Amino acid sequence: MSTPSARDTRSTHADPILSLRGVSKNFGGVRALRDIDLDVRPREVLGVVGDNAAGKSTLAGIIAGAHRPDAGRILVDGRPVVLGSPADARRLGIAAVFQNLALCENLDVVENLFLAHEPTRAGFLDEVAMEREAWDLLGQLATSVPSLRAPVRELSGGQRQIVAVARALLGSPRVVVLDEPTAALGVRQTAEVLNLVERLRERGHAVVFISHQAADLQAVADRFVVLRLGRFGGELDAAGTGYEDLLAAMTGASRPSGRKHG
Amino acid sequence: MSPTSAPPFLRPFSTGGTGAGRTLPFGPRSAGDTGLLPVIGALLLVWAVFGILNPAFLSAENLVSLTLQSAPVGVIALGVVLVLMVGQIDLSVGAVSGIAAAVVVVTTVLLEWPLPVGLLLALSVGVVTGLGYGVLTTRLGLPGFVLTLAGLLVLTGIQLRVLGPRGSVNLPFESGLVRFAQQGFLPPAVAWGAAAAAVAVVTGLRVAERIRRARAGLPRMGLPGLVLRTVGLAALLAAVVGYLGTARGIGYPVALFVALVVLVDVLLRRTRWGRSVRAVGGDRASALLVGVAVRRVTVSCFVAGSTLAALGGILAAGRLAAANQGTGGAETYLFAIAAAVIGGTSLFGGRGSAWSALLGVLVLTSISNGLTLLNLDTATRYIVTGLVLALALTADTLLRGRAAPSVP
Repeated sequence: MSTPSARDTRSTHADPILSLRGVSKNFGGVRALRDIDLDVRPREVLGVVGDNAAGKSTLAGIIAGAHRPDAGRILVDGRPVVLGSPADARRLGIAAVFQNLALCENLDVVENLFLAHEPTRAGFLDEVAMEREAWDLLGQLATSVPSLRAPVRELSGGQRQIVAVARALLGSPRVVVLDEPTAALGVRQTAEVLNLVERLRERGHAVVFISHQAADLQAVADRFVVLRLGRFGGELDAAGTGYEDLLAAMTGASRPSGRKHG
Repeated sequence: MSPTSAPPFLRPFSTGGTGAGRTLPFGPRSAGDTGLLPVIGALLLVWAVFGILNPAFLSAENLVSLTLQSAPVGVIALGVVLVLMVGQIDLSVGAVSGIAAAVVVVTTVLLEWPLPVGLLLALSVGVVTGLGYGVLTTRLGLPGFVLTLAGLLVLTGIQLRVLGPRGSVNLPFESGLVRFAQQGFLPPAVAWGAAAAAVAVVTGLRVAERIRRARAGLPRMGLPGLVLRTVGLAALLAAVVGYLGTARGIGYPVALFVALVVLVDVLLRRTRWGRSVRAVGGDRASALLVGVAVRRVTVSCFVAGSTLAALGGILAAGRLAAANQGTGGAETYLFAIAAAVIGGTSLFGGRGSAWSALLGVLVLTSISNGLTLLNLDTATRYIVTGLVLALALTADTLLRGRAAPSVP
């Protein structure tokens, strides 16, 4: 395993917004993550890929403030920070969309977007402001949500994912973490979400796209970090990395052809 | 997980909020809830049937009595709506109403305390009971269904103690509470003024909203729709005030009940609290993740539910000019919960309306009033009411079935 300092030296483009250094996490006796280093730079889609039990969701939880690492440091703009809760992470500009999305199916799209953060006017809900902002936001994401006033239960899986991502964007975060956003989706809905990821990058967000579906990652990621059984399994640049290279790195079938930089 | 994610009071045949999809032969609903239409239809049907069987049923005098009968249990049902909306249940609302009635009567008649003191004390019994339920369900994760059943027993016991060995205490007819509940009617000018003010306020708000939406470039209600709704509301209120006015008119307790329904409706639909209530009732775990104050919202609904139940008991005591061991007995909570569900408030949480308390209790009281006019006994009343409740429950469950996700 290479040392963190060796990895630090390779970054030649923009300074990372978010960095993990030597992060480890245990759950009881299970070592979910061991000594992980990671950099997230502005306007890039970082694909985090790994098979089941590679530690992907644990990593998402640590970045989003849901889990506290047992060892290692987290840096935002080069300064060490403590992400004690999702609210802490949000304050530092990191928003996460977890696999279960946390949408209330009986509420409509606008109600879900602003739940617990509704703007008010003279003490009453300001529906006009909410609907207006929702139109703007979903318009920027160029989405196919049928109606802002449709209950979320009437939306498809892809549309729900879009609503959850839109909600994450309300605080204008710099880093958006997507945990397995395509895991439960069909082909067309997956394409919708992948489009959305590209639009996030165009809007200037950094995206951490966590998935075990190598093909989905390949479509949008600029860079891959491979996790294997909780360990760092290599880093690959999108250019020149084939599907087989990713699979090989995920499963450890053969060593990836070294770390490449574009 | 925190105790607030403990299972709600009951989940019969439920696949859970995000569980496997259950498809029913209905297809997706177009938009929103079916809302109050079913119960309005049921009410019109009940009135048509009884009106044909006995024309006296639809007489103004009988309808005035019907509204007066409805008010106390309606206020209790309004509290039940709030508790159901947040995904809980309170089986002790009848017992709370009974103990509140006993407290008012005993303090004012036997202890000769001033009426306001008795009223405050009775209402605070409701507040404390609701606080207890709320804290125990949210902090310890106790299931509301059994907790409030325990509360029912305890409160009924206390009610018997408060009433003492006599078991029944009468209120004097000159008591302010009795005059309010039995003989107080809105003067025609006030009733018409209130109706006109309601139309003016509702229309004014709609016009203001329409203008703001137009400015913001959002879709807005069409002008014909706006005019139609305004005329419809005005016609409905004029019909109610005018027809009831040919008899005694609108009783104070009825006016109070309607005012409370309007208040709760505004709170549920137009405030952050109301939205949180629906979110918690719909999906507690998600609401918690998003940052809704799940515990506080749940406690507030229990407190509001018990306090409204206490108020219903006070009104019942005024209406009967007495409180006894049977006040708030078995029938009361069953009817209050049935009224809420018949009105379209879901037992599964997250779906409902303050108006369902009003409409549901009108349906139930109409059935009981109509059967009495036909000289049918209590047995028939129970059977018919039970069947209507079963029907409403079927509708509720089918609606929830439709609500289950059909797409992963």
